[in-house]
Amino acid sequence: LSTSPLNSCLALLALWCSIGLAGLLRPRSLVLVGRTLFPLGALCGAALAVVAAMSLATAPETAVLPIGLPDLPVHLRRDALTSFFLFLLGATSAGISIFAAGYFRRGEGALPGLLCLQYHVFLASMGFVLLADDAYAFMVAWETMALSSYFLVTTQHSIAEIRQAGFLYLLIAHVGAISILLAFGVMQGGSWQFTFDAMRGAHLAPHWATAAFLLALFGFGAKAGIVPLHVWLPEAHPAAPSPVSALMSGVMLKTAVYGMLRVSFDLLGHPQWWWGLLPLGFGLLSAFYGVVFAAVQTDMKRLLAYSSIENIGIIFTGLGLAIVFHGVGMSSLEALALIALLYHSLNHAFIKSLLFLGTGAVLHSTGERNLGRLGGLIHRMPWVAWLTLIGALAMAGLPPLNGFVSEWLLLQAFLFAHEVPRSFVNMLLPMGAALVAFAAALSCYVMVKFFGVIFLGQPREAALARAHDAGILKRIGLVWLALGCVALGLLPTFVIGALRIVSAQLSGAALANAAAPWWLLVPLSGRQASYSAVIFFLAVAAVVLFTMLAVRLVYHRRVRRSVPWDCGFGQLDPRMQDSAEGFGQPIRHIFEGFFGVERQLPSPFDRKPYYRVVVADRIWRTFYEPLSPLIQRGANAFAWLQQGRIAAYLLYSFITLVTLLALVL
Amino acid sequence: MTLAEIVTQALEVIASLAAAPLFLGWITQCRAWLQNRRAPSIWLPYRGIRKLFYKDAVIANNASPLFRLAPYIVFGTMVVAAAIIPSMGTRLPLTKAADAIALVGLLATARVFMSLAAMDVGTAFGTLGARREMMVGFLAEPALLMIIFVASLISATTALPTITEHLATQSLALYPSLAFTAIAFTMVLLAENARIPIDNPATHLELTMIHEAMLLEYSARHLALMEWASALKLFNYACIGFALFIPWGVSTEAESPATLLASIPLLAAKLAAAGAVLALIETVSAKLRVFRAPEFLAIAFLLAVLGLLVHLLLGA
Repeated sequence: LSTSPLNSCLALLALWCSIGLAGLLRPRSLVLVGRTLFPLGALCGAALAVVAAMSLATAPETAVLPIGLPDLPVHLRRDALTSFFLFLLGATSAGISIFAAGYFRRGEGALPGLLCLQYHVFLASMGFVLLADDAYAFMVAWETMALSSYFLVTTQHSIAEIRQAGFLYLLIAHVGAISILLAFGVMQGGSWQFTFDAMRGAHLAPHWATAAFLLALFGFGAKAGIVPLHVWLPEAHPAAPSPVSALMSGVMLKTAVYGMLRVSFDLLGHPQWWWGLLPLGFGLLSAFYGVVFAAVQTDMKRLLAYSSIENIGIIFTGLGLAIVFHGVGMSSLEALALIALLYHSLNHAFIKSLLFLGTGAVLHSTGERNLGRLGGLIHRMPWVAWLTLIGALAMAGLPPLNGFVSEWLLLQAFLFAHEVPRSFVNMLLPMGAALVAFAAALSCYVMVKFFGVIFLGQPREAALARAHDAGILKRIGLVWLALGCVALGLLPTFVIGALRIVSAQLSGAALANAAAPWWLLVPLSGRQASYSAVIFFLAVAAVVLFTMLAVRLVYHRRVRRSVPWDCGFGQLDPRMQDSAEGFGQPIRHIFEGFFGVERQLPSPFDRKPYYRVVVADRIWRTFYEPLSPLIQRGANAFAWLQQGRIAAYLLYSFITLVTLLALVL
Repeated sequence: MTLAEIVTQALEVIASLAAAPLFLGWITQCRAWLQNRRAPSIWLPYRGIRKLFYKDAVIANNASPLFRLAPYIVFGTMVVAAAIIPSMGTRLPLTKAADAIALVGLLATARVFMSLAAMDVGTAFGTLGARREMMVGFLAEPALLMIIFVASLISATTALPTITEHLATQSLALYPSLAFTAIAFTMVLLAENARIPIDNPATHLELTMIHEAMLLEYSARHLALMEWASALKLFNYACIGFALFIPWGVSTEAESPATLLASIPLLAAKLAAAGAVLALIETVSAKLRVFRAPEFLAIAFLLAVLGLLVHLLLGA
């Protein structure tokens, strides 16, 4: 076996599988599973990231593995797009796995060994999704990914809500999978060859290509959590253990982005420009919807789940832009949009994993997921608090961290799009930029709420005084991801240098290369825009340090500690702080028509005043509830097939066989 | 990066730092005149800051290091913002590092840190102020971005100095789209700087305040930095307005001390006029209830969008 990058990747994926299986040797042993296998898995992830990064610029390579059904070998292919997503998978999962090593403990529901198996199978299946080069291998990997993550979501299967959340996830995952399967069915274009190579070669009529694109958009959109198919995210993420939420939100959602890119730019070849309007529109809708709902959540993991919907929306917006630009032949803007969306995928993987792990550490230390019962944890858990702060600032899209760079690139793509030769698109694109700007600004709000309510202020419960900081393994995981956020933010030129290769290989689109030094990011031309995170950061840091020094040298450094002033009130109580509901109240007020708000106010004479407010997702009432009777009716219409007699079923089999034979012969 | 550019850059930062409290004092003075009151000294903001620096800092027992760090970060971001806004000259070395979108990000960073610091002690006022500040922020920030987008589309760049150069050199080209955005910008300026009608800088009435509520736990040098930073913020917003809407007179040549020197009195005149107009607006308008603020800012946002549409439809 030669050591080509593809073989190394395969070996690492196989290693992941065997690490998972090794967990079954002594499934109850935390020493084996937690202290040995999970750190090994993390090393494996880091190795995968290195291999993928090294292989980014190398030519595509293929392999055929003689496994599976006879005459249906597994085709594999590694190109720049695959390498990029493998890097994302490896680098993010390295941090998550090392955190998970300290996270999984007794009483987590399933046995540690079983969790280890499901977790590593999940990781490996995501790798195979990226490497698959025929529809069979892709679908098998895709389903393995869905099933293994389903089992991980329902780790604590003794709780009814978690079973329900898992079921919802499984349902939507399968509705999506059917759609993807149909998309592949259309894309083989009558050749009945299900390798991706055949699909690349198949010349589809425009309406068939459109059908395939729509099916893929639906299928991958369901996995990514595009509104209105997002309902599983806010249920499944709080249900899953935190490292699993981190993997699902950080990495698994990106496999759907990968699928969309693979289908629209590679398999279908030349997307038509108007296809782009769909991901653009749904992406903007999701970004807006996700961030508005995130602002009113009171469960910290639900809040992050809605924030993921927002970010997936931004990524799909970039995809839509890229397709529009491709269709009208604006190559350098297409490359810019592609780079922005890939960059944002990578950023979101790091940021969201970091935040989910932060909530995991808080959850383990306090047993509390409800924001209204947290507070003041920066004193008890400084490591977790400061590292989560990096994630929160990055998620809020503040310079010089990484969230800003990708949003900046996307806004640039929007701004310089005014020469699209379709005038109504020209009108709409700046509105899109306005929505992206709005989502970015509101995500600032969400992140201030998230961080401020959990970590700042006074502890809202007495029990929080016993909270303890994360252990060493958890800290390593958090530091790894936080460093990733900082590095991706400060060194954008290197990242873009790598992403250029991906966009060039994917669609032939290249950035008009403006000569710029390594520290200066110039996406189009120096006159239009430039950004340098390093200089920016150094300037702010220099002023801050200089001010500190100056204040100390010129004046004095005397500090007195005292009770909070609070306008002289003197009877400060933790209950006087804003709760999570309170902090979200302006949003609830401004977007009142948007939510289904149910409020129960106490009367002034109540002995035991009781206040209850439920902010519901209207999508259930407007979209899913009318849908379910339709499906029920459809199912009833077919119920006569189910006779309950063997003879009837034998007859069905016979008819099926005869029909198939008639078709084949 | 030539010596002249570095000199321009340094001059801008120093001038902003020095003149920002004066601008605030000037507005207060104009306001007092318009309201038939005796005006306080124009130097009062300086005396306030100086006095605060000499006092002992009193910090709440449960304040975290974030609370002590925030004033420096807020101040630092405002100084860097002053450095990248072309208020006197457009040949600024630092502007390559941050364009107009990054400037908006910089202002957002200051806002986030200020809000986080306000939540840190855990008083009712602090969280109330933080919540309201973030509310105003998330409405004003997209409006500000839209305003910048209009100017960017006209001049095909998001680099602030290039926008200014482009608009300044076309001496008599008046853009109707910029007229809409100028109104929008004035509204955003009022909202972001805690002025009437969104907030009242002169009150400590808890039901209405936003900015002051966030600073209640600060004292001494930390408060001085916060106050200075908010004066700088107002100064910066005024300079963004000049850069976008009345860019004439800014030094655009690289090696020209004469134009740079000429731009200083011009900037002073612009600031004096802008301060008087701001005082007038604040005098003739009443403070809005907090829940009218979204409507106010939605109007600003829609005006900016209207400006954008005017530009795209009419090319003007």
